[in-house]
Amino acid sequence: MAITQQKTLAINGDEAVALAVKQSDVDVVAAYPITPQTIIVERFSEYVADGEVETEFVCTESEHSALTACLAASAMGARTFTASASAGLALMHEILYVTSGCRAPVVMAIVNRALSAPINIHCDHSDSMVERDSGWIQIYAENSQETYDSIIQAFRIAEHLKVLLPIMVCLDAFVLSHTLENVQVLADETVQKFVGLRDVPQVMGHEGREVPFKLDPSNPITMGPLDLYDYYFEHKRQQEEAMKVAPQIIQEVHEEFSQISGRKYGNGLIDAYHLEDADIATVCVGSTAGTTKTVVDRLRKEGVKAGLLRLRTFRPLPLTDIVKTMENVKAVAVMDRSNSFGGHGGPIYHEIRHSLYDSPTHPHVVNYIYGLGGRDMPPAIILNIYKDLQEILKTKRVKRDVQFAGVR
Amino acid sequence: MSRELKGWKDIPIAGVCWKPATEYLTGDWKTFKPIHDPEKCTKCLLCSLICPDSAIKWNQANEELMFDYDFCKGCGICANECPADAIKMVREGEG
Amino acid sequence: MTTTPWKFTAKEIVEKPELFTSGHRACAGCGPAIALRQIMKATRGPTIVTSATGCMEVVSTIYPYTAWKVPFIHTAFENVAANASGIEAALKVMKRKGRLEHENVDVIAFAGDGGTFDIGIQALSGAAERGHDFLYILYDNEAYMNTGIQRSGGTPHGASTTTSPAGRVIPGKPQYKKPIADIMVAHDIPYVATASISSWQDLLVKTRKGLEIEGPAFMHVFTPCPRGWRYDPSKTIEIARLGVETCIFPLWETIDGEYSLSPQSKILALKPERKKKVTEYLKMQRRFRHLFKPEFKHVIDEIQQMVDKRWNRLLKRCNMTQASQS
Repeated sequence: MAITQQKTLAINGDEAVALAVKQSDVDVVAAYPITPQTIIVERFSEYVADGEVETEFVCTESEHSALTACLAASAMGARTFTASASAGLALMHEILYVTSGCRAPVVMAIVNRALSAPINIHCDHSDSMVERDSGWIQIYAENSQETYDSIIQAFRIAEHLKVLLPIMVCLDAFVLSHTLENVQVLADETVQKFVGLRDVPQVMGHEGREVPFKLDPSNPITMGPLDLYDYYFEHKRQQEEAMKVAPQIIQEVHEEFSQISGRKYGNGLIDAYHLEDADIATVCVGSTAGTTKTVVDRLRKEGVKAGLLRLRTFRPLPLTDIVKTMENVKAVAVMDRSNSFGGHGGPIYHEIRHSLYDSPTHPHVVNYIYGLGGRDMPPAIILNIYKDLQEILKTKRVKRDVQFAGVR
Repeated sequence: MSRELKGWKDIPIAGVCWKPATEYLTGDWKTFKPIHDPEKCTKCLLCSLICPDSAIKWNQANEELMFDYDFCKGCGICANECPADAIKMVREGEG
Repeated sequence: MTTTPWKFTAKEIVEKPELFTSGHRACAGCGPAIALRQIMKATRGPTIVTSATGCMEVVSTIYPYTAWKVPFIHTAFENVAANASGIEAALKVMKRKGRLEHENVDVIAFAGDGGTFDIGIQALSGAAERGHDFLYILYDNEAYMNTGIQRSGGTPHGASTTTSPAGRVIPGKPQYKKPIADIMVAHDIPYVATASISSWQDLLVKTRKGLEIEGPAFMHVFTPCPRGWRYDPSKTIEIARLGVETCIFPLWETIDGEYSLSPQSKILALKPERKKKVTEYLKMQRRFRHLFKPEFKHVIDEIQQMVDKRWNRLLKRCNMTQASQS
């Protein structure tokens, strides 16, 4: 495959999502608007109103119903999409588990926004981080370009017959959702060819034969039964297996997409920046990585061996990639844009520390909770974090393992 | 009811059911069982229509009602509603 | 509505295949199970069923068994109307894109009173407003029976449940039953009906109408529960019939918002002397037993008054007047 002709559009992250969905030949979009995801639903409504898509758009009365409608449509064999943020995602919580449990490959854009109370519409990752155990694949985008690319890839990953898991593509509120950026977009037919038609596997039904895994009057199956202690555990084990297969599929789809777009995001799971010889490194997800890269560049110019690890997928957690990439790093600062109250650090910190526990170098791993409710994360604060790491490197001592960056 | 329990690799994904409920007999739930008197029966079929368990079957070939005790739970609705008084409930084992 | 009335004989219905089969694990004498079986006999072709969490969902799909011969999905308690919305949206788009094998596929959503009056009303209201083409069946057994008889918005005044127990001071549920079918009529949807398992022909005809009509249809089915209402399981149909005969549960339908009484209730409007007293209905069920104590007798009067008030209101809506109210 050759890199295809692309157009450059000045669009924001939400518009990039809407466009990617429009191009991906989605059958059913069911959504409920919430700031800062609103633009996605608005733009998509315009596509529908102008007859630019064949999609059935269901503007539901709640996020709970939006995800439910996607789940049910997905069970019909349809390609489905929804989008939400913050309170909306929290309202979906119950159905997130049902969706993954029903193995419905719904794709959802999450515009990361703080959770109430007090009410706040700005960026942090509390909304999606709390859903990390819901059985969804989570991809965090660094910029609007990656958001656009990831939405298209998400359909292929979610619907892959070995995966069949729902995916959240997360983008930072306002920083990405509402900020204009030059986004390279593929031609409609290129995207359509890439995503293809949704297929379903065959399953053993109750009439003693293999039937398509969908609600089909010609081949009836029963989905969503009462599943007790004799089989529930086995179904959960199956979900874990799908998560184990997912990294390979994510990487394959990422690689194939790069063939037509010319764009790559690390290896599709992690994006390592100057980590080969780094002594100190930060770890983060989302748009903060962009700012951090400029800080790393500055430190590198000063001769500091600084690096950055951006997790592109948080679920499945790319554990072996994390360990391998960080094998020479001696001090690590994990940046969490959410907090696990009373849990001694944020969720990414827990996972990175856990990942590096068996690492031969056994690095110091500290945590910075930052940017809650949209608090800015300027280069100066990130620079201070690297300074702290230099201090740890020098003294081989950690003064405080969990800190708040940017709070008064 | 003993049955073989399968491992996670051997069952369909997502909890898709793989056995018809008709393989699960509910007939042993009952204390009383309906006894049908074909002499009194007018074949109005009301009993068959209102049975919660589809346990009163209509044999099209010989135009007869058949009580399926494998599924009948012995509720007695058929006996209570029969306009011809053609169904009696008797204690299991006494019929 | 452009459809011609569906005519059938008992034999034709009995000979139709069972789409909701034996081997489900509903209690003996279960009213809702009778309703589901009969409703599935009124389907007209390819049909997809979705159900809210509740008695019928639980008893029909205990893994790995299923009592359904049609595609069936359950996802959660409060969202069955959203399931139906998603299924219907998928059907529409698949048809448009030429990916639907069948000319028409009907969608039926089942939910109990908990999933309808209470936790599911938001999704139901939304789906009705959006105008999805589906038939919503409320099988009303007047409490959360699956979890052990807790009160719902559909539980009648004075009934004792585990969360509205008849105590020394409070005689069962203080509130009255929410007029759910009228609420659905107020959504201005094309078809709303009430039905009872005591009138199987009426139930089947209304089901077929609800399926044939384009847009949302809502049917409120009266389905007594021996376990929760505390009566002998053989009396399920008898009690359902008494519900109609006392006008506690009148049978009616609205087509495009126009109310009309169904035969079993119409006769009571024309011959009011046949309308039975609520006590006849109440005394058969031990959930109302406490009301017959002297100190709680007034509750029976309250129930009768409310039944009469709602019945008269219904008569007005049906452009009928009660000749004489006993």
